[in-house]
Amino acid sequence: MNIDLYERIWMWAASALVVMFLAAILVPAAVQAIHPPSHVETLDPTKLAEHPEFATGGVNTRSDGSVVVSVAASMFAFTPNPIEVPANAPITFRITSADVIHGFQVVGTNANAMAIPGYVSQMTVTFATPGRYIIACHEYCGLFHHEMVGTLIVR
Amino acid sequence: MAGKHTLAASHIGVAVAAFGVASFMGVLQALSMADIAFPWRSESLYYMTLTAHGVLMALVFTTFFIMGLGYVLARESLGRIVGQAAGWLAFGLGTAGAAAAAVTILRGQSTVLYTFYPPLQAHPLFYIGATLIVVASWIWGAIIIASFRAWRREHRGEPIPLPIHGLLATIILWYLATTGLAIEVVGMLIPWSLGWVEKIDPMVARIYFWWFGHPLVYFWLMPAYILWYNVLPQIAGGRLFSDRLTRMVFILFLLLSTPVGFHHQFSDPGISAGWKLAHTVTTYAVLYPSFVTAFTVIASLEIAGRMKGAKGLFNWIARLPWSDPFFASVALAMIGFAFGGFGGAINAAYAMNALVHNTAFIQGHFHVTLGTTVALTFMGATYWMLPRMLGRELRAPALARIQPYLWFFGMTIFSTSYHIAGIRGLPRRVYSGALNGTAGGDWHGLTVAAAVGGVILFASALAYVIVVVATWTSGRRIDAPPFEFAVPLRPEPVAGVWDRFGLWTALAIVLVVLAYAYPLAQLLSHPRYGSPGFQPF
Ligand code: HEM
Ligand SMILES: [Cu+2]
Ligand SMILES: [Cu+2]
Repeated sequence: MNIDLYERIWMWAASALVVMFLAAILVPAAVQAIHPPSHVETLDPTKLAEHPEFATGGVNTRSDGSVVVSVAASMFAFTPNPIEVPANAPITFRITSADVIHGFQVVGTNANAMAIPGYVSQMTVTFATPGRYIIACHEYCGLFHHEMVGTLIVR
Repeated sequence: MAGKHTLAASHIGVAVAAFGVASFMGVLQALSMADIAFPWRSESLYYMTLTAHGVLMALVFTTFFIMGLGYVLARESLGRIVGQAAGWLAFGLGTAGAAAAAVTILRGQSTVLYTFYPPLQAHPLFYIGATLIVVASWIWGAIIIASFRAWRREHRGEPIPLPIHGLLATIILWYLATTGLAIEVVGMLIPWSLGWVEKIDPMVARIYFWWFGHPLVYFWLMPAYILWYNVLPQIAGGRLFSDRLTRMVFILFLLLSTPVGFHHQFSDPGISAGWKLAHTVTTYAVLYPSFVTAFTVIASLEIAGRMKGAKGLFNWIARLPWSDPFFASVALAMIGFAFGGFGGAINAAYAMNALVHNTAFIQGHFHVTLGTTVALTFMGATYWMLPRMLGRELRAPALARIQPYLWFFGMTIFSTSYHIAGIRGLPRRVYSGALNGTAGGDWHGLTVAAAVGGVILFASALAYVIVVVATWTSGRRIDAPPFEFAVPLRPEPVAGVWDRFGLWTALAIVLVVLAYAYPLAQLLSHPRYGSPGFQPF
């Protein structure tokens, strides 16, 4: 192709930039296994009230010391609330919804997942700083979406 | 009206009307998020107008404007439009669809926002109305393609006129994108909202939605690029820097902008990490044609400055026609896109996405990209098209001159505030930024600043609507100036590889199948239960 020299330089520079961006994601993905939450698990959202794990939700410590937090989102609250977890330990959140789509975001951290009826979102997060955190529903779920707020206490 | 552009002008009229109404709703939303009291402020009004603002801006304003622009480009570059009558039919269908959807929204029956994620359930007419708008755009696309074929029969072997090349890429992309939407809306949502089926799978619907949702962004952006490449250098008094690379850019958009939808679903369950990664790779690849665009368009402007006698390294910038409303709009839209691009690169990196996903950062982001890069280009293009379509002189030219600067100024305040608030964790789509007291006043200063930006934006929107209406109704009659397109430095002598739309379309389809067939099949093979509908509004 008949391409101007400056433009050719720019095209190489742009390619290099794109490759660098990608490397910044692919290398941690390959080396440190840094992935977005991608759990695949289904359940019947209309029967959540009888579900052994999600009827009340809760915080459970497994024998190996890891902590699992099960959360059911529904209009317009998180169950359980508040949630108490230890600092500096890997916390696995398991989140689902009893009705419409909700969001689950621990404000000021990168704990962020969608609560989708019929599916379980799962992610593991470590909180280094003890304190009270706001859990905000960040997906529109009805007229009181903005009041759907929970509390996470990290000790 | 000057006859030959009546159909196009009618589309632009609907677009501007939708834009005006939606802008008023936008400023109310910004006030409400800042917890600033005004009469009638209420939760139901907030979410109802948020739905209307999203639908009117993202669906009605953009689609109707693009259809109008497409008719102008086809009429001017191809000489004639085949099937005008079908065009009027499409116009009727689209307008009726928009009206039907608007009525159910305003009556509070469809407060599901413009993303309408099930199991939130709207009135059936909401989905049917939206479908009619898309059907109208399909007919429009077919008319443009038919007009191109008629032209091709008389111009064998010639390169496709450059504006039409971009337009064809846009239309084919749109067919590809709306296939996902049609599966979701016609196959799932309409039967469910009518009660023919009881349950719907929200996750499967989301995947179809985002198959559509990302190329939708390029459906908005590519017509803006057509104007940057083909009109901006002309208005600036220069030449288009590279004909061939312009064609390459549009083909790359056609290929790469659909197989990327999972970057909107990084936080979703049900999709494996490997597929999210695959869509991340294509997402970054689509940055490339935008980088090339930045170079080609800015180089074209430099040529313009130098043709006007500029000598130094940067003083060509001062020679550009900054007081021309079209030029100013597009130049500012391009500056907005530089910022939007940074934000986009952040959103697409999933580690950073986890911090900002569904926060106010996102509304900050798409008001610079869609709300400025695209919308400001379209506003500028209105000033360029109106005298040429209607044979009327622009009224209140001074207002038209300051309007783009006002928009850019307001948007800088508005969008910067929401970007920062989002990084600090303010969720998006909230009636009250203080989350009705539950979150204290954490973001209050920022939401108030954004509201100030919103008021300035509204003033600018009002200026735009006033100029359009005044020109249309009482602009002095003149001989319509010609539509002129930029001349490339080195025009393509014959149709080259980037003109082979059959080949590129086939490849684009293959990429969509590769990106979606396996993860969808994987999801569909799980036991799935489905959800009944909910109307919490
Ligand atoms: C007068 C100018 C404008 C103002 C004051 C304004 C203001 C706003 C505000 C405050 C929100 C609500 C954010 C939220 O609650 O999440 C919003 C949402 C939105 N705006 Fe605008 N906006 C303006 C122009 C535009 C333009 C020109 C476009 C596109 C062409 C646009 C597209 C959207 C979309 C798609 C949404 C998302 C709705 C949703 O989250 O469901 N806006 N706007
Ligand atoms: Cu919620
Ligand atoms: Cu996207």
